[in-house]
Amino acid sequence: MLLEIKNLHAIIKSNGKEILKGIDLSINAGEVHAIMGPNGSGKSTLSSVLAGNPSYEVTEGEVIFNGKNLLELSPEDRSHEGLFLSFQYPVEIPGVSMSNFMRAAINEHRKYKGLEPLSASDFLKLMREKQEYVELNNKLAGRSVNEGFSGGEKKRNEIFQMAMLEPKLSILDETDSGLDIDALRIVAGGVNKLKSSENASIVITHYQRLLDYIVPDFVHVLYKGKIVKSAGKELALELEKKGYDWIKKELGE
Amino acid sequence: MVEESYINIYNKHRELLQTTSAAPLDAIRDEAFDVFCRMGFPTDEQERYKRSNISDVFATEYGMNIRRIEIASTTAPYKCDVPGLKTHNFYVVNDIFAEAIAKDEIAELAKLGVVAGSLSAIAKEHPEIISKYYGKIAPHSSDVMVAFNTAFAQDGFVLYVPKNVQIERPIQLINMMHADFDLLATSRNLIILEENASAKVIICNHSESGHKFLANRVTEVSLAENSVYSHYEISDSERQTTNIGSLYVEQTKSSVANINNITLRTGYTRNNIRINLSGEHAETTLCGIAIGDEHDHIDNDTYINHKVSHCKSTELFKYVMDDCSYGSFAGRILVEKNAQKTEAYQSNKNICAKTTAKMYTKPQLEIYADDVKCSHGATVGQIEDEALFYLRTRGISEKEARMLLLLAFTNDIVEKIDIEALRNRIKVLIEKRFRRETHKCTTCNSCHN
Repeated sequence: MLLEIKNLHAIIKSNGKEILKGIDLSINAGEVHAIMGPNGSGKSTLSSVLAGNPSYEVTEGEVIFNGKNLLELSPEDRSHEGLFLSFQYPVEIPGVSMSNFMRAAINEHRKYKGLEPLSASDFLKLMREKQEYVELNNKLAGRSVNEGFSGGEKKRNEIFQMAMLEPKLSILDETDSGLDIDALRIVAGGVNKLKSSENASIVITHYQRLLDYIVPDFVHVLYKGKIVKSAGKELALELEKKGYDWIKKELGE
Repeated sequence: MVEESYINIYNKHRELLQTTSAAPLDAIRDEAFDVFCRMGFPTDEQERYKRSNISDVFATEYGMNIRRIEIASTTAPYKCDVPGLKTHNFYVVNDIFAEAIAKDEIAELAKLGVVAGSLSAIAKEHPEIISKYYGKIAPHSSDVMVAFNTAFAQDGFVLYVPKNVQIERPIQLINMMHADFDLLATSRNLIILEENASAKVIICNHSESGHKFLANRVTEVSLAENSVYSHYEISDSERQTTNIGSLYVEQTKSSVANINNITLRTGYTRNNIRINLSGEHAETTLCGIAIGDEHDHIDNDTYINHKVSHCKSTELFKYVMDDCSYGSFAGRILVEKNAQKTEAYQSNKNICAKTTAKMYTKPQLEIYADDVKCSHGATVGQIEDEALFYLRTRGISEKEARMLLLLAFTNDIVEKIDIEALRNRIKVLIEKRFRRETHKCTTCNSCHN
């Protein structure tokens, strides 16, 4: 099993509010899991907690990733172990060029694996090759990280970074938000190209739309910090038709 | 009283001071000394010196080299290793101009009509130049640090660029503090660009040996019509070194000045930077970077005076303060009543990398004209958690991520450096500084970065 989440509880550190109230989820290599749910149900918190965002604190439960206790690892080591989070709101970092950023990232991954740093020419070759996945142009290397990027470019840049780092598990947090249909197609195309029997992804989304492009094996509904329903891809269509009230009714609310 | 010992030194050595220096320097020496006696060293009770008690700084018993003894070799070249940068190199060791090793450069510049070299020598050979400018830009009557400097100054560096002469290669002045005892150095520089002249000057302030040094340096810059001047002052000294610098720039019509002050490392720094925009269409860019850690003290006090209309000034200072360091920025911009159509922009951004670091910022715009474009902004912040987390999720260690963000923070100022080799060198030095790595040149071991 690639990822196993057991009874995960987490709070926001600053105010102590509990957001995740006992999540259970198992993911195998080769699978695509969609997590859907209404606003405020804890979808983004789950991705933040998995990536190690220090704003949250895990109060109960465990997460085993790739045979290791994920919660004991620093955010950078989670990345080294093969976890990747595509941010809902990618952060703009003026003054740090994409090439410096990615070179630092790639070389730290290599160091973790006991490999020598990549030569400048090999690195540029790799960057050129991977930016084609999401149709980003050659000017990317010199631009500051996400600074002045359009909404679509930011999301494509996330998938570009995913392509560079070749993670075992990618969490795509509302990667479809703010995308027009062309950008959505490019982003989904990138994700699909990267898909293999060795890796898995968690696709967090509000809408069925993205799931037309990235077809999930499982769909989970997150509501009030818990997974309340899991099924195949047909669940997404049903949610699209009936909305979340239907789930609430099923839960007796 | 701290002043007393300096007053005694002056009274005791007045004749010696006069016999060792040229007439133009002596002409205003007594006058300046009287101002010093009257005003005394600034203390933190004065608004402008609230963050730097200069009186305390001078309380240490320093030696002064009034007899002009060779206390450190002025012939051994301190080579600054800036790959790819060829400069006209000059040295001031403590407060003595290194004449012997400057001969070739002086001769080469003389072919262009440029007068460069020792203040004391040029004051004798070209009293007409020195008399015209010396003490005319930096006011010893109202600035006590200038008064103190003027009272004790015997030497320093002069650059005179005549009309229509462009010096292609940058001039590099290395101010080296080097002695086997605690020493106070008083050096004085004069940089004059006549009409349509242009020059780039790099001033490096270094120190060597484990003694306490105090450098009180005054630089006067006169920029005539249409002249173009770049000034890079980089301080990279030992922790026990104190630098008190006063830079006065007088700009006339359509002159362009690009002034940069980078404090990479020095224990205690106080810079007074004054720019007068006295001719229409004069433009000035004033940039600064200050990096402090441990118990460093860095205080930059800047003042840009828009005296006439149609001038433009852009000011940008950034500080990164770590550990228990103490930073201060004061930026006064005065737009006088007749200075219509002025453009004046000021920004001071600071990062305190630890909660124990302190930063004070005081932007101060005084505008008396009514048709101007002015803006100012000051921020004191920390490294952004969001950006740090983003970088870490890509596998970049926290330490490395912090460094990337700090480099990015100072990067926009570094990118403005218009000498490519210097820009690349400064990038490396700043990165090493943030990594707390010691820096050793291949050619000289004087930097203790």
